[in-house]
Amino acid sequence: MNERENGGQAGGSVAVLVDHLDGTVRPTALELLTLARGLGREVHAVWVGDRAPAAELAAHGADVVHEVEVSGADARLTASVVDALQAVLAAGVVGLVLVPSTFEGREVAARLAVRTGAGVVTGVSGVAVEDGCWTARKTVLAGGWDTACAVTGPLAVVAVAPHAVQALARDGAAEPVVVRRTAEASAAARAVTVVSRTRRPASERPPLAEAEVVVVGGRGVEGDFSGVEELADVLGGAVGATRVATDEGWIGHEAQVGQTGVTISPRLYVGLGVSGAVHHKGGMAASATVVAVNNDPDAPVFEFADYGIVGDLTEVLPALTAELRRRRG
Amino acid sequence: MRVVVCVKHVPDVQQPRSLRPDGRLARGGDDDTLNELDEDALEAGLRTAEAAGFPGEGHDVTVLTVGPAAAVEAVRRGVAMGASGAVHVRDDAVAGSDAVATARVLAAAIAELHAEAPVDVVVAGMAALDGLTSLVPAALAELLGWPQLTLADRITVADGVVTVRRETSTDVEELTAPAPAVLSVTDQAFRARFPGFKGILAARKHPVTTWSLADLGLDPSTVGPAGSATRVVHAAERPERADRVLVTGDAETVPALVDYLSQKGFA
Ligand SMILES: Cc1cc2nc3c(=O)[nH]c(=O)nc-3n(C[C@H](O)[C@H](O)[C@H](O)COP(=O)(O)OP(=O)(O)OC[C@H]3O[C@@H](n4cnc5c(N)ncnc54)[C@H](O)[C@@H]3O)c2cc1C
Repeated sequence: MNERENGGQAGGSVAVLVDHLDGTVRPTALELLTLARGLGREVHAVWVGDRAPAAELAAHGADVVHEVEVSGADARLTASVVDALQAVLAAGVVGLVLVPSTFEGREVAARLAVRTGAGVVTGVSGVAVEDGCWTARKTVLAGGWDTACAVTGPLAVVAVAPHAVQALARDGAAEPVVVRRTAEASAAARAVTVVSRTRRPASERPPLAEAEVVVVGGRGVEGDFSGVEELADVLGGAVGATRVATDEGWIGHEAQVGQTGVTISPRLYVGLGVSGAVHHKGGMAASATVVAVNNDPDAPVFEFADYGIVGDLTEVLPALTAELRRRRG
Repeated sequence: MRVVVCVKHVPDVQQPRSLRPDGRLARGGDDDTLNELDEDALEAGLRTAEAAGFPGEGHDVTVLTVGPAAAVEAVRRGVAMGASGAVHVRDDAVAGSDAVATARVLAAAIAELHAEAPVDVVVAGMAALDGLTSLVPAALAELLGWPQLTLADRITVADGVVTVRRETSTDVEELTAPAPAVLSVTDQAFRARFPGFKGILAARKHPVTTWSLADLGLDPSTVGPAGSATRVVHAAERPERADRVLVTGDAETVPALVDYLSQKGFA
């Protein structure tokens, strides 16, 4: 049967791929569980590996925790993660799969959609059932347009942007049911060998993609990121950069925010000496509140900043950091 | 060595872009251009083939696109940069395909090329600047049943084994897989060469193979809106905001900003 002929019934339960690193749940995974719980369906958390922190996952919405061991291939490969998800899908009636909208998460979504015939939507800020279909909201064209995209078949794979919802634990979560599974790695996963894998040094600050506050320095900082870092620390945020700043070598490439860098959607974005070029905007347009300091009144960033200061960074930045410190006492 | 590079013709991001009432991206403007990130894929493909002896006997770099008539410009740009073959899949039924349906057409074309002469690697860019989904490379790998080695910043192919280096959000990895494999590249490592005048002229005359869905044995119901499991049901341009604050000045403006941040719960 053509799956779409049934008019897209948004039935079934919700599966959430739990992003984790060294056994620690990524904060955005708790957001996905919170979102899933709000949909009023049974929530299945999918943990690739062993020793899932079941109580933490249950507190955020998981009714069932699946610990899936992938045998025969490296468990962190995209194809292996898809194999693990497929093992869970095969076991029950899942209608919606939520994954994080990171590069890795979107690749998982792509393969899973091809394998199952699901419809896939990425960079999503919200999901609901509309006219009987899973429907995902997202902003496109560098923040210029709001759209809703319906999945016309029975299974939807949705990649959710960070901070689309705020992670909230529920009161009195029931004991989660923990199900242990094994998945045989597919040929696609077995074909890839991990020759080496080295952890990049982690910063003390929150990871860029997950941070609630991001302070971004652009060409206007003229090579000195110390003021940007100080402000980020006062606000408890992460440090980001434009491509100009990373190309100049003022800060590592991993700090680049934009459509070819990290996509962010923090609650607060502060742009310092950032012009707001479309390539940059494409990666931060989903930020909830945008503050910009730039000495050029015609900089495009002022077209989308909630609060803009046309001023000189060398004056405004130290004063801002000092004032925030002073008010905190 | 046979390399296929997938490229896309997209609206220029620097120009105003819009969605049509049916939710599809308005394409076909005079400024539509080769997706900039695919230039990196072209460069990576050319360098990978050159390491094996391209241009030369038995070496081929084919640039492949799926799109309306104007999309031929994207493959011509690839030829101008040095690709030896150009394929354009063009069929009215393809319009309105989502990322997975587009990947289905690309995969069929790659399978056709592979049947002609074995392909070693398929290289794609890290994202298309219109949809920004990054779904196509992984979808292609799944459709073809070939290993995926994505977001590479170094590529070597030797004795039928493809090796890439990549940086994930947390790690630096070196991965290998037997050819044929599907790769995507970041915009970090393969700064694209600029096509010379001769290349641009040659590209105008270079033959482009045009395939329809029928040539690829694809049923039209598997592509376009009929073959897409997603459908845009709402699209609206964001209204101009009326509540923006813009102040001019230096340090004296700071207390008001801190008040604003504190109202929002950040200070
Ligand atoms: C394919 C492609 C992909 C790209 N991807 C990305 C991406 O992912 N992310 C990204 O950021 N860019 C990306 N870019 C680059 C992007 O187009 C812009 O060039 C870049 O974002 C500009 O960085 P900037 O704002 O730091 O520099 P500029 O555009 O040079 O702006 C610097 C701003 O600082 C202001 N300034 C200078 N001095 C001061 C001062 N003392 N006080 C206050 N303000 C001051 C200036 O007025 C100016 O507006 C990409 C480009 C391409 C072609």
